[in-house]
Amino acid sequence: MTEVLSEQVGRGSHSGALLEVDDLHVEFRTRAGVAKAVNGVTYSVDAGETLAVLGESGSGKSVTAQTIMGILDMPPGKITGGEIRFRGVDLLKLPEDQRRRVRGEGISMVFQDALSALNPVFPVGWQIAEMFRMHRGTSRAEAKKKAVELMDRVRIPAAKDRVNDFPHQFSGGMRQRIMIAMAIALDPEILIADEPTTALDVTVQAQIMGLLAELQRDSNMGLILITHDLGVVADVADKIAVMYGGRIVENAPVHDLYKNPAHPYSKGLLESIPRVDHKGQELYAIKGLPPNLLEMPTGCAFHPRCPYRRDNCVTDVPPLYTISGTRGSACHYWREVIDEGEH
Amino acid sequence: MSDPTATQDLIKGADEPTASPVAVRDSQRSLWRDTWDILKRRKIFWISLVMLVVFLLMAAFPSLFTHKDPEYATLAKSMELPSSDAWFGYDLQGRDVYARAVYGARTSIIVGVLATLATVLLGGLTGVLAAYFGRWLDAIISRVGEMFLGLPYVLGAIIILGTIAPAQSNPGKATIMAVVIVVLALLGWPILMRIARSAVIQAKHQDYVQAARALGAGPLRIIFRHLLPNSLAPILVYATITIGSYIGAEATLSLLGIGLRSPVISWGIAIADHASYIRTAPHAMFFPAAFLSLCVLTFVMLGEAVRDALDPKLR
Repeated sequence: MTEVLSEQVGRGSHSGALLEVDDLHVEFRTRAGVAKAVNGVTYSVDAGETLAVLGESGSGKSVTAQTIMGILDMPPGKITGGEIRFRGVDLLKLPEDQRRRVRGEGISMVFQDALSALNPVFPVGWQIAEMFRMHRGTSRAEAKKKAVELMDRVRIPAAKDRVNDFPHQFSGGMRQRIMIAMAIALDPEILIADEPTTALDVTVQAQIMGLLAELQRDSNMGLILITHDLGVVADVADKIAVMYGGRIVENAPVHDLYKNPAHPYSKGLLESIPRVDHKGQELYAIKGLPPNLLEMPTGCAFHPRCPYRRDNCVTDVPPLYTISGTRGSACHYWREVIDEGEH
Repeated sequence: MSDPTATQDLIKGADEPTASPVAVRDSQRSLWRDTWDILKRRKIFWISLVMLVVFLLMAAFPSLFTHKDPEYATLAKSMELPSSDAWFGYDLQGRDVYARAVYGARTSIIVGVLATLATVLLGGLTGVLAAYFGRWLDAIISRVGEMFLGLPYVLGAIIILGTIAPAQSNPGKATIMAVVIVVLALLGWPILMRIARSAVIQAKHQDYVQAARALGAGPLRIIFRHLLPNSLAPILVYATITIGSYIGAEATLSLLGIGLRSPVISWGIAIADHASYIRTAPHAMFFPAAFLSLCVLTFVMLGEAVRDALDPKLR
């Protein structure tokens, strides 16, 4: 973190977490109507903490991340409310040039598909070195040396020889490592990983997750892990926020949620994981389709698919009920869900 | 990066299998490298390259090809047919046709290249701006471009050239050429603007541009490091072909008496001067016309070869 940034984004002057997303609302104005992608999302991450944001396509998890980074395409996107506080400072109110300094240095991001997230016309080493040249004004030679060090750090074999290779000469896992190297180049305090392993095969997924966890331990970063894969997060996350229809429907410490979900949607997700001990049985699936963002269901967005549905679910939007200090569920009948799940 | 040996061990131990590192290692396969590999296998590329080198030499060092003075006129020899003394014969003023054809290469190529350069700069800049900033700027640039495209080429040139460089004025060689270059670029930039605009719009939505923004890159860096390098191929292809068509356009304007004119030596002027003698002394027009056609052909073939190599999809 540079001097300039520290002045603008003051340290220690606030009491909350390192990064706080507070009641964020984002919508997309399309020709077909207004799509409410994010409807009041609140979460926070502290240094050294891993938050997994879980949800299916269209649940608003990536849009939230893009809004935090400030790379949302506006228009059609529009932030209609809420705050994103980084060290107590609302990023949404910062002018663009100050905000740009936060990107990469304060908050950084790893994308889903590293092949398309790397510029095809430049060697990977050049692209990593560019991070230093862009933010720190490091000399060409020095920056390249640092690029090799970073490639070593993310375990690219023979980094020195491969620094001049182009993205398409690397395997998928290696490319994702390079993307990670770029993202951590400037020691960011928060790293957002948007489905970092979705484009990779299973064995490589585990390695990339291991690498992320290790890097996080080493530098005490806050990590936001966006995924739709429950299996990926179990080992690395500290807490989970489950999103549905642009809202957080449950947040919980990771083990609590796995042991005993408090929202019918999280419960459905857990039950639809294939399990060895249920071999031969039909795999559970949540019935119905994800909500149409242009025409959100009234009341609880999950009610058309919910086995616990009552009449008031159709009319009343459930608030995020507090279950305990660190747990919340946006279900009118969370007690019922949690009781039934008690093993 | 605390302990390099530990890292080394880990690499040996448990890493994913990299796709045959040996095969990948030996050559760096960038886009340009690929392009070269395709180009060097194409006959049309080598033919056009040889012709290009000949024309460029002719433009740079005309004295290599002829020791005659293109300005030296012997009126007695007016319209004399080709002979061993003058390979292409003499023109109306009794000047050596071959020498004038050789010296004409310089003008034609300078006009073609500079006009293309101006077109690329003007069209490229407006195209990138329109694509990157979009909205009202895009609307304005696109509409202005369409207005220019709506002008018929020759008509537009006649009006502009007739206004800013009327036939009775007597400017120097450089001014005459500069005016023609400006007019060609002015009437040609919208096409390049559209090409650049669509290429940049395509590149703009790629993940790596998003990623660059997420990692703190500003607009200038995104344009010059990410958008331009990835949009260069179609611009380059069009530019190569454009050089040829501008050389032809220059000749057209000169033929009409509104482009280049004496004292500038150019193929277009030579054709214009002798077009009315085509039945009695075709050689005075034929040879400059042949040079012109070959030169245009060279750039068009080169452009085709480059396009094939850069965009295999178009083949």
